[in-house]
Formats: sequence, C-alpha cells, structure tokens
Amino acid sequence: MIPRGFDYFSPQTLEEALALVAEHGAEAKLLAGGHSLLPMMKLRLAAPGVLIDLGRISDLRAIREEGEQIVIGAMTTHAEIEKSGLLRRRAPLLAEAAAEIGDVQVRNRGTLGGALAHADPAADYPAAVLALDAELTLVSQRGTRTVAAQDFFVDLLTTALEPGEILTEIRFAADGPRTGSAYLKLHQPASGFAIVGVATRVQLDSKGKCEATAVGVTGVAPKAYRATQVERALKGKALNERIIAQAAGKAAAGVEPLSDLHASARYRKAMAEVFTRRALALALERARRRQ
Amino acid sequence: MMTKTRWVGKPLKRKEDPRLIQGLAHYVDDLALPGLRYAAIVRSPHAHARILGIRFAAALESPGVVAVLTGEDIRGKLGMVPVAADLPELKVPPHPPLALDKVRYVGEPVAVVVGDSRYRARDAAELVEVDYEPLPAVTNPEKALEKNSPLVHEQFKTNQACLWKLEGGFPDKAFKQAHRIVRQRFTNQRLIPVAMEPRGVVAQYDAGEELLTVWSSTQIPHLLRTQIAAMLGVPEMRVRVIAPEVGGGFGSKLNVYGEEALVAHLAMKLGRPVKWIESRRENFLSTIHGRDQINEVEVAVKRDGTLLALRCRIVADLGAYHQLLTPAIPTLTGLLLLGAYKIPAVKIEYVGVFTNKMATDAYRGAGRPEATFLIERMMDLVAMELKQDPAEIRLKNFPQPKDFPYATPTGVIYDSGDYAAALKKALAQVGYKKLRQEQKRLWKQGRYLGVGLSSYVEICAMGPSSQMPAGGWESATVRIEPTGKVTVLTGSSPHGQGQETSFAQLVAEELGLTPDDVIVIHGDTKAVPYGIGTFGSRATAVGGTAVYLSLQKLKQKLTRMAAHLLGVAPEQVVIGEGELFVKGKPRQAKKFLEVVQAAYVAKTLPPGFEPGLEATSFFEPSNFTFPFGTHVCVVEVERETGDVHIRRYVAVDDCGRVINPLLVDGQVHGGIVQSIGQALFEEAVYDENGQLVTGELMDYAIPRAWDVPRFETSRTVTPSPVNPMGVKGVGEAGTIGATPAVVNAVVDALRPLGIRDIAMPLKRERLWELFQKKRAR
Amino acid sequence: MAIRIAVKVNGRAQVHDVEPRLLLVHYLRDVLSLTGTHVGCETSLCGACTVLLDGQAVKSCTLLAVQADGADITTIEGLARDGQLHPVQEGFWEEHGLQCGYCTPGMILAGVALLNENPNPSEADIRRAIAGNLCRCTGYQHIVNAIQSAARKLKQKSRKKS
Repeated sequence: MIPRGFDYFSPQTLEEALALVAEHGAEAKLLAGGHSLLPMMKLRLAAPGVLIDLGRISDLRAIREEGEQIVIGAMTTHAEIEKSGLLRRRAPLLAEAAAEIGDVQVRNRGTLGGALAHADPAADYPAAVLALDAELTLVSQRGTRTVAAQDFFVDLLTTALEPGEILTEIRFAADGPRTGSAYLKLHQPASGFAIVGVATRVQLDSKGKCEATAVGVTGVAPKAYRATQVERALKGKALNERIIAQAAGKAAAGVEPLSDLHASARYRKAMAEVFTRRALALALERARRRQ
Repeated sequence: MMTKTRWVGKPLKRKEDPRLIQGLAHYVDDLALPGLRYAAIVRSPHAHARILGIRFAAALESPGVVAVLTGEDIRGKLGMVPVAADLPELKVPPHPPLALDKVRYVGEPVAVVVGDSRYRARDAAELVEVDYEPLPAVTNPEKALEKNSPLVHEQFKTNQACLWKLEGGFPDKAFKQAHRIVRQRFTNQRLIPVAMEPRGVVAQYDAGEELLTVWSSTQIPHLLRTQIAAMLGVPEMRVRVIAPEVGGGFGSKLNVYGEEALVAHLAMKLGRPVKWIESRRENFLSTIHGRDQINEVEVAVKRDGTLLALRCRIVADLGAYHQLLTPAIPTLTGLLLLGAYKIPAVKIEYVGVFTNKMATDAYRGAGRPEATFLIERMMDLVAMELKQDPAEIRLKNFPQPKDFPYATPTGVIYDSGDYAAALKKALAQVGYKKLRQEQKRLWKQGRYLGVGLSSYVEICAMGPSSQMPAGGWESATVRIEPTGKVTVLTGSSPHGQGQETSFAQLVAEELGLTPDDVIVIHGDTKAVPYGIGTFGSRATAVGGTAVYLSLQKLKQKLTRMAAHLLGVAPEQVVIGEGELFVKGKPRQAKKFLEVVQAAYVAKTLPPGFEPGLEATSFFEPSNFTFPFGTHVCVVEVERETGDVHIRRYVAVDDCGRVINPLLVDGQVHGGIVQSIGQALFEEAVYDENGQLVTGELMDYAIPRAWDVPRFETSRTVTPSPVNPMGVKGVGEAGTIGATPAVVNAVVDALRPLGIRDIAMPLKRERLWELFQKKRAR
Repeated sequence: MAIRIAVKVNGRAQVHDVEPRLLLVHYLRDVLSLTGTHVGCETSLCGACTVLLDGQAVKSCTLLAVQADGADITTIEGLARDGQLHPVQEGFWEEHGLQCGYCTPGMILAGVALLNENPNPSEADIRRAIAGNLCRCTGYQHIVNAIQSAARKLKQKSRKKS
C-alpha cells in the first residue's frame, strides 16, 4: 500500500521536463496519470528513485484539429478523450476505446500518453491507435522524431521510446466520408482490462465497396497488432456478413496468443475472431450511415 | 406476538446511517491515539520452508523503528492461535502467531516491525532478511492424502486432520433397492471473503489501570477477549475488546487471528499504543478463505422420482493450520446435505486435509452453501435422468407442512416450513411454463436460455449451545433510563446488518415508545454483558430474542409500578403509546416517564419491587431455525463467447416473521450477489508451488454493479416456533440459496449440448469450450 | 525531501509540507484527520477512497498528495451543507443503500459525480458509473435505487428554482 521514497519534480514546461529526464536518466520515471505506475509502486513492484510529474505541463493536455489531422496531447485524460465532441464528430474510434478503459475514476486521471508508454498488452488504446495509423511524437533534448504506431509498440511493456524521450502527442487523420469505426472488447471481469479488444475502421468507396479497413487487436498477443491478413482479405470487396466472417477468421493469424489465468491462447484466438467480426460489422454499418 | 404493530414489520430507515453517510463513523484505522506506533508484518513468500535464520539489524536501525520481533521473541510468551472446533481425534497442530522453525503457507507471519509511522514501518519490514530452505509443498487435498505426499505437519505422519462420519436410516439397503442411482462429483471451489474493510487491530495498555484495550475489526468481541487474555496470560477482566465500526465480515472476522494477540503483546511490551492495518494483499493471503470441498455424491431414487437415500464423501481442504472453526465447517455441510427433502437415509464421510494454503473457515453460509449446492444440483440431475421437470421432482420430495417439526436422518429438526408454497410462488412470479416454451423456441434458433431452481433450507440462528463450539446463546440488557429513554446492550455484534435499528423497533413496539427513544450499544466488552457475537444468521433470532425477553421483564416491572401508582392490580394495566393505563379505562393513565421516574426515585414502591428499570436476559435457543425459499434464475448463454447473461432473478424467501423488510431485502440482495460471485467469477487459485495466483482484486473478480441484474424478491411468512417472536434469520439465505440456482440455469441452458455438469466458477471460457466440443463431435 | 502543497478541502484552505510519496488518501486521513475516506485495496480497483478532485471522481489512493497541489477537493465530510444532507446521502439513507458503510463514502461521491454530469441517468448508466466502486454487502440494487431517488430529488429542486 505504501510506495518507497523518491525525489519528486513537477516541471511546468516540456523543456524543464526534458532537462530533468536527461539529468536523472534511468533512475527517473515519468508520472503521467499514474494509474499503472502508482499501483506498481504501492505493491513495491516498481521503485523509481525519481518521479518527474508531467501533470503541470498544460501544453500536453489538449485535443485539436490541424486541417484534416487530429492532434491529442499525451497528458489528455481518458475522460477528456471519451467526452470530446470533436473526436465524437470527426474520429470517434479513440473516444470509443477511451470509454472502455477501467472505470470513471480511472478515466478521470489516466492519460493517453501514460497508457501508450506503459504498453500493457491488455490496454485498450493501442488497438485504436494502430487502427488509426496514428503517429506518435517523441521529444528529447536531442530533437523531435515521429514514430508510426506500428513501430511504437515493440514488445510486452516495451516501446520505441528511448532514454531521455517523452511522448508528447499523437496525431491521426480524421475520418473521411463513408468511414465507420468501432471498438469492441471482452473484459477481464476482475481488472476490467481487455482479454480481447478490437478496433476497426472501414472506409467504403463511392460504390460502397471496401476501399480500406484497419483492424487493431489488443489483449491477444504480447503487444497490440494490426490484423493485416484480415484487412487484405476485405480490400476491394463488397462487404457482407459472410465475407467479414471469413476474413475475421484470420484475426490472430501468425500470432502467438497469450495464455494466463483468465484466458487460454485458444480462447483468446477465438475471441479475436469473434470480436473482429463484430467490430467490423459495426464499423461497416456506421460507414454506410455516413455515406 | 403482536398482531397489529406500530414499528415491527415496518421498513424504517436505519439509525446507524447518519454517521456512515457523512464519514463520521470510526473504523479501526480511523482511531488516532497519542504516541501511536505502527506495525508491519513480514510474511512468508514460501508455501513450505524451514526458517534457517532471520537478520533484522538493518530493519532495527531504519529510521523511526522501535522494535522487531520474530517467532523466537514470543516463544513461550504468547499462546497459540486457538481452535474451538471439537471433533473426535482431531489433529490440532501448534499455530504460533509468528512462525517458529517452519512456514507452511504463503503469507504466514514471520516477523513484525514496529515504527513511528505506517510508512516507516513498511520500509523497515522490507529490510528484514529471512533465510529459508524451501520444502516441497502440497496444495491439492487429494494428493495430500496420498502416501508419498509432503507432510504439512510432520508429527502427524499424515495430512489427514480429521475423519467424521454421519449415518442415519438404512442408506446401504436403500441403495440396493433403488431403481436408479444418480452420481456426480462436484467441487465447491475455494473463495476469498473480501470484506471491504480489511482486518485491523489497535491495542493500548494502561499500566496504571492495568488495562489492555484492543480495538479489532471483529464479529466476536467477547470471544476474542477471552482468547486474547488466554494467549497473553492476562486475567480476562484486565482486557477490554472493542469492535468499533466494522466494515463487513462475512465470517472472515468470526475468528481469532495471531495478529490480534501480537499487536496486544506489542502494546504491552512497548508501553505505547500500536496499530496494525491489513493491506488487501495481506487480506487475500492471510485472512481465512471459504468453501474448498471436493464432493462425491450419490442418491438412490425410485422410478417415480422419490428419493430414498443419499451418500456423500467430502474431502475438505482445511489449509495449513486451524483457525477458530476450520474443521467444524464441513460438518455443517453434512447436517444440511439432505436439503429441503424427505430423504429417509443418509451416509456421509468427511475427511479434513492439511495443505500448504491459508486456512479455510466460516465464509458467509459456512458449510451450508456447499450442502445446498450439492443437493440442488443432484435434484436437477435426478430430474434430468428421469426426464422429469425439476420443479415437479422437488415438489414430490418436500416434507409437507403437517410433517413439521421434521426430523432429518442427519439429526436435525426442521422447525417449520411450507416449502411448496415458496416454490409455487416463485414459479408463478417468473412465469415458469412460458419460460419453458420460450426456451424450446430459442434452442431451435441456436440460442441458449436456461431456467435454474434452488429450493433451499438453511440452518440458522446458531444455535443451541449443545451444538456449538463455544456457546450458542446470546445476552441482552435493556435499561430504561430515568429520562425514559432506553439503552439496549446486546451481545450481538452487528457490522452492517442493522440491529441498531431493528432492536430499536422491537423496543419501541413493546414499550410504546419510538425508535428514536432507543439506542443500541454493542461491540464493547466493558459496556455489554458477555455475549457471543454476530454470525450464523443469529443476531435477530437469538440476540433479538434476548432483547425481547428483557423487555418482557421490564414490562412486568412497569405494569407493576403503574398499577401501584394507579391503585389497581397489575393485570389491569396496559402499555399504550407513551403511557400505561387501566384496561378499558384509557383516561385512567400514567405517563410512561412518570412510571419510570417513580421506579428510580423509589419514594414509594410496590412490595418487593427492586428500584430501577434494567433487565438482562441470556437466551438459550432450544433449536436452530430453518429459513427456506426458492430462487429462480433465468440466464442466456452466448454461444460465441460463453458469456452468461442473467435475464431475471426471482427470490422467494421465508425467514419467519420480519422486523424490518428493508433490511431483509438488503441481506437477500447481498447474499445473492456473493452467490453469483461463486457461480460465475470467484475462485482462489493456488499454483502447485502454493503461490496464490489470484492474490489481488486485479485477478480475483468479485461482482460489480454491472455484473448483476435487478432482483425480484418476495416472501412467504412461516413463523418459527423456536423463539417467541417467530423470527428465523436471513443473513445467509442469499449465499445459501442462490449459487445452485445460477449453476442449474446455465446447465439447463446447455442441455442441447448433452452435458450434465459444469465446474464452478462458470467462466466464459469453460462454457465456450463446451460449445466447441459439441461442434467437434 | 518535503514539498509544500496548498489545497482546498471541503472549502477550507490547507497548506502542508509533505513527503512526495504520501498518498492523497493518507494526507486526507492522517494529516487532515478526515477519516471518512477509506482504503480498501492498493490496486485502484475498489473505489472506497473515491473523492472529488476539482469536481471529478478520483481514487485518492492512486494519487500523490503532491499531485493534488492547488486542487479543490471534496470528501464525504464536506458533502452536507449547513447540516443539510446532500440528496445522494439522503437517497442512501432512505433506500437502504448501505450496510457496513465502508464503501459508502466512495459510492456516494461516485453517485454525486454522476448526477453532476448526467442528471437523468438510466439504471444502466448508474451501474456503469459505480462499476469502479466495489460493495460486498448490498448487492448494489439499493445503491442504484438510492441514486435514482437522488436524481428525482435533484430534478424537483432544479424545477423549483427555475
């Protein structure tokens, strides 16, 4: 229940934060919403010597449009994303995923950046961020670089973030016309994390055929992934229940599913298929409504 | 009892709530005392290991630390953790508050660190280094009974802790004559009680007064006082135990834990008050668990569905040590195993087994949910095998109202009941026939609707002292104060059940007052006469009866006093609202307060009348009570995921006469949800090394608000003849009745798959697997 | 390393030097003696420690006191105004929305936060809004009733005002 002692800094600007990160190196942990880090510290599974709290850097907490792009600051909370009118209107997928995270209290404190940087294999956002082809902005004193979501998630609890780097924002294209999306999830009943979470986007062409789909899957493998075989199987097709069901059968193709107390690999694989099918069907229905 | 009532039977809001809804109540951790020190406990990470040495110099030097104690420091100074259960040839291993020489389960206390803040105590606890020689552990009770198993307690040369047998009627003969024998093996999985408030203890020693005060989150302050005094070797009158506000118990605080004596010992040794508050992690590891039985059941039936006999072997995993009632719990399973049915013969064998796990003990229902689960599952299997309706098979085998009191071959006497009435009411409410039609229709569409029944009876109001390990009576003192207000001192120790309200209703009813005129004091051994406590659905039926009996004594005194003042015979005096008057002459009256004051001022007393208005009663029940009812659960199982959706839940309960229906509903709802937890979600899982895999709320799912439906509850009322108020008790009805209703519903839904049983908890994947197997075939 | 924080708790300004690792719940309980906020787990799952931070429901066991610097905090002790219970408190009392009372402060504050945002919640909305608060006693039904009753009262009140 009680974390070990640490030194605490609460920089007011990103520059200050970067300087602190550079100074304290591996000893330091960034504190965003703290809803993964603090429980681990309380159970003494983590004991950083220094905490750098990003909570006072107001620049990191915003949702805005830049032309056809949506930009979200890393310190934006799940609740802000869930309730954002802008997102609901222009790119609802991330908001839908945010609404499925934990509970009200967790969503009020947990942040997008914190969740992405933690890269829990059962977290909800990674599926959506992958399906949105989002780009993540990583900043250090050495400079700024942009990483595609695909390249950001490296392995279990491991990301492309390098020492000294801070994830500052993510950006992705707003939905065009004839585009629908959906995030559906099977909850682990104790923790509320995803046993399987599937984020889908379906974009139809002017004739109503599938121009492109994106399927992000979380909970199944050590890291969230894009179900590219599903996507390929749908491209250019006139979508219907049967075609979607067939394609969804490949939702876990080439993936070594996790197995734990809450679900076996076999079950995860099967649920990846079921939830991919359902999420695709829902996204399709929504895409048709936006024609 | 009373026919037309003013207070009894009314849904009054609770007197205890204003402090609870404003954050003004005081639980153990809310106590602040000058000079308070904090204890943190070092626990074993091994399920079974020899302690080779403990190094704690660094901990002792850590800032703010005032003491570090290990088992060696208390050897011979602090007695063993007690067990009150008494079975023939029960093996009772020594159970020290801090491990000596060996640890036998993960979470066993090994050392304690005391510091000047909870943060610093926790820091120092981490610096205690224990050298262990890990030993092979055994976590499966059936394997523990095998010859080559590691031994939890070497001195016994076996892991079998006890063997208990019960036989009634002529079971073997009945099995020979049966047309059919239905058999099934079940598991009542291990559960974790998870009271929302973890355990906690504060102790303070006043050297001048020679008084040790212990605040503990307990259900049994008086029994705890006796046991702490014994463990410390201190005379009992030098110990005061206070159960302050207690944040839920469910049996997990019906116990005496090593920490309670240890913290008291520390307070005496250090001359400072000491506080220990359990973390949730510790609560999972080292507060008692519940259930954990493997059951092989067989019933002998006639072709028409009449039950002839039941046989059962119970292998109960008791864990590494006995807590207060550990080995006694499965005997309750035995006593109740025939459920609500007239079964003339029975044979039960219960084997208690030591394993390298936390002790099991009383968790809400304590042995009886296991029994109900077994018999209610068996009733459905009998119906299935005989191709009869599960409702019909139950109706056929119920004892009839004229059969009560009904003596079962297990040796208990069911007090009163009309089991068929409750079943029929439940079926009518749920629309049983229509549901069966809908089920057939949906099956054809590949949808899986199921209806599950559970017609339970339970053994409550614990109980006649002859049947209880440490007294089954309860005490109550009722004092009418000189101001005319009433103080009730009860030996019951409510922690959410609401007796501050229901007892006040009782007093108001009997004395012609209002509940606002009454306060109910409990949980303080200095204030309250010796009592037993709150568990086994006993507070109202036993504790409330003690209050009722004291009230009768006071009514007698009041009427005598009033008669004296009015110049009439006592038989002519009636108690009205706020006054006592002469029967038939309501204007010839004395105010209640006037009568009370006359008894205290004592200027003129009736001959032989003792001044004052205080009465104490110790109610010894002649029997348990036997609440009953029928629950019906309607589920739909999702084929693709195995998800169970509870569509409806109808509960008809009979707990005898009701004092406050709002409280009864609350008890029923809460019990049902714990039952749904067992049926669908909950299971304490140890791996083969004895690590508790479900060691946190992250991995052990207790139901949340969105997991459960709205319940449709109603009642029948069959008064109990065991006590003058006719109350039976309701604290455990939900947990005893509901689990099999849910499981029966799910098994019923999956009948087209040709299965007959599914192991609890009915996790999605387990059900999904059944659909896969069917598809593969 | 102690850090100065200034917060407003139940309308009163507080300034304290705290260790950075001090959890907000322990700050409230041990430093300010506001013991109505309870601790039920260490993994942010039970919700017993729920308070309002700048009007939003948060779990005070998963927040450092230093993170709350500058915030306006409402605990269960600050909910009643001038001796008048908040309608959600009244609802819990009238509908028997509590038994042992341990989860109750957090549950009430979760209910308050819900109704501030959604004065007209469905039963499903309510069950979703309190999914982060565990109760082992009530089976939740009376809690749902309590919040529904509070919603009705609040609506009547706002109607009277307008």
